[in-house]
Amino acid sequence: MTTAVISGGPVAIPRARTAGRRILSRVAGAIFVLWAVATISFFIIHVIPGDPALAIVGGAGSNVTQEVLEAARVEYGLDQPLWQQYIAQIGRLATLDLGTSYTLRTPVSDVIADHLPSTLILTVLSLTVAWILALALAIWVTRGGRIARVVGSTLEVVSAALPHFWIAAILVLVFAVSLRVLPATTAPGLPGVILPVVTLAIPLAGFLGQVMRESMLDALESPFVLSARARGESEFGVRWIHAIRHAALPGISLSGWAFGSLISGAVVVETIFAREGLGRSLLAAVIARDVPLVTGVLLTVAAVYIVVNILAEIAYVLVDPRTRVSS
Amino acid sequence: MTQDLLSRPAEAGSPTIERADATASAARNRFGRLRRIRPVEAVSVLVLAFLVLASLAPTLFTAIGPFDTSPADAFRAPSLDHLFGTDQNGRDVFARVIHGSSTSLLIGISATALGVGLAVILGLIGGLGPKPVDFVVTRFLEVMFAFPSLLLGLIFITVFGSGIVTSTIAVGLATAPGYARIIRGQVLLARNSGYAEAAVALGRSRTRIIVRHVLPNVLGPLFVLVTLGLGQTIVWASSLSFLGLGAVPPAAEWGAMLASGRAYIANAWWLTVFPGLFIVLSAVAATALGRSIQQRGRES
Repeated sequence: MTTAVISGGPVAIPRARTAGRRILSRVAGAIFVLWAVATISFFIIHVIPGDPALAIVGGAGSNVTQEVLEAARVEYGLDQPLWQQYIAQIGRLATLDLGTSYTLRTPVSDVIADHLPSTLILTVLSLTVAWILALALAIWVTRGGRIARVVGSTLEVVSAALPHFWIAAILVLVFAVSLRVLPATTAPGLPGVILPVVTLAIPLAGFLGQVMRESMLDALESPFVLSARARGESEFGVRWIHAIRHAALPGISLSGWAFGSLISGAVVVETIFAREGLGRSLLAAVIARDVPLVTGVLLTVAAVYIVVNILAEIAYVLVDPRTRVSS
Repeated sequence: MTQDLLSRPAEAGSPTIERADATASAARNRFGRLRRIRPVEAVSVLVLAFLVLASLAPTLFTAIGPFDTSPADAFRAPSLDHLFGTDQNGRDVFARVIHGSSTSLLIGISATALGVGLAVILGLIGGLGPKPVDFVVTRFLEVMFAFPSLLLGLIFITVFGSGIVTSTIAVGLATAPGYARIIRGQVLLARNSGYAEAAVALGRSRTRIIVRHVLPNVLGPLFVLVTLGLGQTIVWASSLSFLGLGAVPPAAEWGAMLASGRAYIANAWWLTVFPGLFIVLSAVAATALGRSIQQRGRES
């Protein structure tokens, strides 16, 4: 960090070096987390009560001969010593081979490749909608009077506490059963995605709205807004150029967390709306105890999560000029 | 550096006009404001008290049992006889929701207790332990954060199977990393504070410093965390039941009731709306109370 002190002038190299070092440490951290997730998931397979071979050939209770079980063990390498299995597994993961699903009998990477895009579309759309709702709420609450404050903070708390499955049920009741304007289950095109996206966006908007409002209030009281006002900046300019950036900051740094909560929500929402996706595959895999599929999905989610967090960090630096000057 | 100082949001002691005004009026009102019970708090406490009473003595509110079927009365819409209507077996939904409070609240409270308990242990070990221990705890939490909370719970259920007990533990485990990070932060704050340093200088023993100075500073925020967390765990536990991984029908648990009512959503809306309303009610009451206490902490 000493380089930052020296780089008061237009010296580009030290800053690039710190940036490079920071990126390097982030990548190392990411690899460590992925390795740990892989290790944990490996041991999950082996602490699971019951014979994994039995789960492979059709679950507990199925009538199978000893030879079939033995064949399954050999096929999945379960006859090897534990440490050899572990090294083999990590080696496979390093080449992006996630194994074969017990229930679907297809490579886990294929299952994920099929389902990930749909879930990513769902989560990205929901995050966008939640962001718009939260910012709108924050702006409205901070400029309105007492009533706006009370209504706004009530809306935030209530919507943040709403369970996805209940919002989904109410939305289906109103828009699919009563008004008949939107499909109750998934359908191709935009109409089919509206209810799932709104369901996921509402609680998230409540959470983001809370932090954005507080941050916006902070910003409106800060010296940089005072100086902008002193320069004769209009109220519109103060809010939409200066304060809104500040309100967006905690939202950006929470995006990684928000993405995680959206993935959790996707498990519920994809199930309710019968929408294809990673969440629904994960739930099916959990119920069937399809360990390779569960661990494969978890590794994918962890990887995407890390990428989202790094993107959020970059976005933070881009939006907040202060982080560019010091540190 | 100077630029940095200028653009920082006003911190304690940097007088902007609005801030000065606000602090003056805050000082005037502080005493009154802290003692006065806010409407939000009164309503939240009343709702929570009602739910606790319903769990302890459900017969106070309804004479009908949660499993009393009467096929002739199936799918009755809400009326004075059946406040929340009846389900496919003619069971009274109001009676089931009231009797369900004990299960749903118990799951929520146990899961929160487990999560917070684990978090306190992890947070104290991380915050008070030697550097290498703290390093391990921090890395461990970092890894746990790579799993979204519900997924962490789902791993546990994959390993140990579904059911009320495992889903409760799953939710508790899933919430622990988040609390642990906050508690570790609080411990570090107290440990590095001036009064802790003064206690060290006075030659107080390590245990005494921890018990007298560190713990009290961790317990305050902990109370807020527990209240806020209770709302979340009730929602998550009922989500697991809804997915068929926790309590299963015919149990009178809110999430499970909602799940079985969903099949009839087109012609019996009350089967999904009312159990869900109780989940929302308890979650909102707990969250609102927690936030209100949190704000008091900031103002004082």
